[in-house]
Amino acid sequence: MFSMIRRRAPALYPVPEVKVRRDPAPTRWHYRYQRMMLTPTYRILVRVGLPILTVALIGSLWYNNDANRTMVTSQIASLRASFEQRPEFMVNTVEITGAQPALELAIADLLDVSLPTSSWALDLDSMRASVTELTAVKSATLRVRLGGTLEIAVIERVPVAVWRYTDGLRLIDSEGVMTGMIPTRGDRADLPLIAGDGAKDRIIEALALFNAAQPIADRVRGLVRMGERRWDMVLDRDQRILLPGQDPVAALQRVIALDEAQDMLARDIAVVDMRIGTRPTIRLNQPAMNVLRNTEQVEPVAGE
Amino acid sequence: MMRQLYQSQRAMRNMRKAAMQRGVVAILDVGTSKIACLILRFDGPERTPANDGVGSMAGQSQFRVIGAATTRSRGVRFGEVDAMQETERAIRTAVQAAQKMANLRVDHVIACFSGARPRSYGLDGQTAVQGTIVTDQDIGRVLAACELPDYGADREVLHAQPINFALDHRSGMSDPRGQIGQQLTTDLHLLTVDASVIENLLYCIKRCDLELAGLASSAYVSGIASLVEDEQELGAACIDMGGGSTGISVFIRKHMIYADSVRMGGDHVTGDISMGLKVPMATAERIKTFYGGIFATGMDDREMIEIGGDTGDWERDRRTVSRAELIGIMRPRVEEILEDVRARLDAAGFQHLPGQSIVLTGGGSQIPGLDSLASRILGQQVRLGRPLRVQGLPQAATGPAFAGAVGLTLFAAHPQDEWWDFEVPAEKYSGKSFRKAVKWFKDNW
Repeated sequence: MFSMIRRRAPALYPVPEVKVRRDPAPTRWHYRYQRMMLTPTYRILVRVGLPILTVALIGSLWYNNDANRTMVTSQIASLRASFEQRPEFMVNTVEITGAQPALELAIADLLDVSLPTSSWALDLDSMRASVTELTAVKSATLRVRLGGTLEIAVIERVPVAVWRYTDGLRLIDSEGVMTGMIPTRGDRADLPLIAGDGAKDRIIEALALFNAAQPIADRVRGLVRMGERRWDMVLDRDQRILLPGQDPVAALQRVIALDEAQDMLARDIAVVDMRIGTRPTIRLNQPAMNVLRNTEQVEPVAGE
Repeated sequence: MMRQLYQSQRAMRNMRKAAMQRGVVAILDVGTSKIACLILRFDGPERTPANDGVGSMAGQSQFRVIGAATTRSRGVRFGEVDAMQETERAIRTAVQAAQKMANLRVDHVIACFSGARPRSYGLDGQTAVQGTIVTDQDIGRVLAACELPDYGADREVLHAQPINFALDHRSGMSDPRGQIGQQLTTDLHLLTVDASVIENLLYCIKRCDLELAGLASSAYVSGIASLVEDEQELGAACIDMGGGSTGISVFIRKHMIYADSVRMGGDHVTGDISMGLKVPMATAERIKTFYGGIFATGMDDREMIEIGGDTGDWERDRRTVSRAELIGIMRPRVEEILEDVRARLDAAGFQHLPGQSIVLTGGGSQIPGLDSLASRILGQQVRLGRPLRVQGLPQAATGPAFAGAVGLTLFAAHPQDEWWDFEVPAEKYSGKSFRKAVKWFKDNW
């Protein structure tokens, strides 16, 4: 019991400080604002749309200034130039292949590229177009090779015939395209001669005729296109072989066969008319005609 | 009147469906001492329901609590809105904080409240089955055939749940659809509350720019949350001891068959302490939660509590009180509440149920020693209940005080079929509707 009496006074349990917590309610407008900002559309608008708009606005205002604008364009231009002028893009030499020296000169003259230049500055397509515009050039391939070489591979047109035209002697290739002019026939004696309007359009046929006329090649002067319709083969001694519009090669071969059999062309004949295949005709020269008239007995001409 | 209610409840169901489609819904437990707001996100497809009851309209969903906030309740007394502006502000605070946590805006809210003098009615209806097989229409007709009691003009139906179906001589069916029979009988549990309370709460929620997607009785949802499955099946009562009122709900066969509330709760205990010790309510609340109890022991005579004060009078500011005195103040009030609960349960015929277990939940159930006092008054099978565990719920919101809020999440995810989930047969509509339209024109133009 003594111990009870001497017991210390019981401990006081303190009530913790009661603080009425502030519990502020949002105002109606704040509540609505918060709800609005939690709406996905508004969130995206504020988080993405607004920054983009701000940046765009600042950028456009800055760009609106003339000095700034020129600064930007010049900066871009200088950057571009410095990139294009890098040595790996530079073209130092032009190499023209497949062309004769004269044509080479003509092409170099035409292109007029001031070297060295950047390969970015070369417009290969238009250059190729202007090269192929040359009559002597059939086709051209342009490319910039590694090491700064502009290679122009040219395929020339090969003249196959000489065409006597009003303005002089033209060289034409197998497609009928004029490749150049020569002052005299003797310059290209190796090429056959053709003449007449529309001759160049039938150049293949003409070549075939020349080919067929091989046995009398030394006598052939050339072919004349008559009325843009048919060929006349002109031989020396003013002899002519009038060939039909259809199948002239076969007709020519008949004439050559006759010549070989009866030595026809060596005779005094002015014209061999093969225009109608069923009725070949010859016209004699006047002296021969006279001789024939005076002769009693006429030897029939073969093939009559 | 009934038609109107049916339509408004239907509208609420549609709103709930819309919220489900949005995938986000807020839960609002409007209590007397606190207002809790949880934000649920429904993810995952709606599962086919586990077949209890008549079969769910909406199905169980996977959901997750993504926002939770609690605020001191203001302007609510006895679980009813007392000061509209204050309540509105408190709801706003809770909703805003929860939204902030969820980082999401919610438009639909499901609310519960504890007061409004709930009253239970057991109804039954009988109808002949059209055809041979029971269909949805038959269920709608048998529910419509229930004779409504005259529950008063100023009251509204909050829940109307079919709890039992009987087909011919077979009773105790949970879902008679597809079965063959002639005579279909149903038992319907009708819970009515004061209409003005609902209107006030609706107005508060509307003022917060929220749409109401459902309304439930707090007693019912705390029962869902804190009764375990066998208790719900065999019969149990859930006593939700809230701040301003104590809700009682009786469950059997997984249906609520009775609900009531005692208009006393933890706030009255606090008030008693405040009056008895002459301290402010805030201090009294603090003393109650720190030192409160039901059973005094010898030790409690020696435990002195400093109750303080700030009058400047030394004698008054240094007052002390022993814990035994505090218990002496608290116990009669708690006893009174429990006696009242006992009376309500007796009146409801709780003693005839096969299971007699009683679960105490709610913030008031945290008083130490309450379970032994309750077992003296209510019966032997008393336990303290905590709400079910819900995914994503913060630790702070898992206590018994949140039984209502947690129950409401379950209610939101898996509502029980109510009367208005079934189509009312067409013949009930016709005739009146045209006259109603004419009347509406006359009234409004």
